[in-house]
Formats: sequence, structure tokens, C-alpha cells
Amino acid sequence: MAATNTLETLLRAAFPDASELAVDDRTGGGDHFQVTLASTRFDGLSLVEQHRLVYDALSEPLRDGTIHELRIKTRGSAQ
Amino acid sequence: MTELRDQIQQIISTEPVSLFMKGTPELVMCGNSDRALRALQAEGAPVTTVDVLPDPQIRQELSALSGWPTIPQVFIQGELVGGADIVEELHASGELRRRLDEALGAERDATVKTAALAR
Repeated sequence: MAATNTLETLLRAAFPDASELAVDDRTGGGDHFQVTLASTRFDGLSLVEQHRLVYDALSEPLRDGTIHELRIKTRGSAQ
Repeated sequence: MTELRDQIQQIISTEPVSLFMKGTPELVMCGNSDRALRALQAEGAPVTTVDVLPDPQIRQELSALSGWPTIPQVFIQGELVGGADIVEELHASGELRRRLDEALGAERDATVKTAALAR
């Protein structure tokens, strides 16, 4: 739960305009996460570029091992 | 600058489709690597896989090259396509097929081979 909140806080800071923002603990173990995010920041970007923005926002928990596995679903404002 | 990095770059640049994964096609060690492999095989792609598990440095060098922090990573003719989520999404939308057709032609042989890194 603590890690889920940490991730949500980081994503909220990076995507203040997000119209949808969810972090789910997929396994209940606190280290496999599903991130679902809709933001105008993704508009016009390729999926690789969109996911890179998410990775950038979560670089710290990715580096320190908080995130063992991350699934990402992104969309822009138009989709 | 390391030799290992050169070898990884060589595979990315020269193999039509490369998949850096945990395990091998015969023994996949991670659900996401499996998802990426299945999506590629469903499109009849010629896949060259590299197992990142034997040495943590493989993954470090790969991520340094690609700027992508997670495994698996899929490349088509040197270009990063993405990880399991993106490859599945592109497979579902038909975009993966379009990109493979464009890069390799619609007539292609579905093959799987494993590239070994010299240590």
C-alpha cells in the first residue's frame, strides 16, 4: 500500500493534468504494479515516448527496486 | 565502450527482430517476456532472442544503450519498439503487423533463434 501511494504521488506530480490516474498492486505483494494514465502530455507522442515519460516519473522507485514489475497503459486526451 | 555493449548493439542493429528477455523461448522465466514473444510469434516474426539473466551486466548495458529501464525490450531493425505492454498493444491494433510488413516484407519466415553473447 505504501509503495502504491508513493507511485501515485510521483505520477500526480509529473502529470498534474491527468484525467485518469490509477496504480494497482497486481499481486498484492507491493512490487508488481499496473499504471493506468490519461494525460494531455501524451498527445501526439508514440507509445515508446509515452512510456518513457512514465519511466522518467518513476525513475527512483525503478532504480531502488521498489518496482519489481511495471505494466503501463497510457492514452492522450483525444483517445 | 565495453565489448559486451558492442555485442548487444551489434545484435540490435543487424537482427531483423531482436527480443531481450528473461529466459529463452524454450524456458521463459518471466510473464512479460512471454507476452512479448507470443505477440511477435503471432505476427510470424523472425525473432532473435537474448537472455539477460546469465549476467546482470547484460541488462545494465542494454538499458544504457536503449534508455529503456525494463525487460523485455523489442527492436525491429535497430529501432526500439517497446516492452511487453506496447508490443501487445501494437499487436492488438494491427500496428505491429504493419511495422513488420514495412520493415521485413509481408512474406517472411517465422523463426526463433537465440543469440549467445560471448563472455
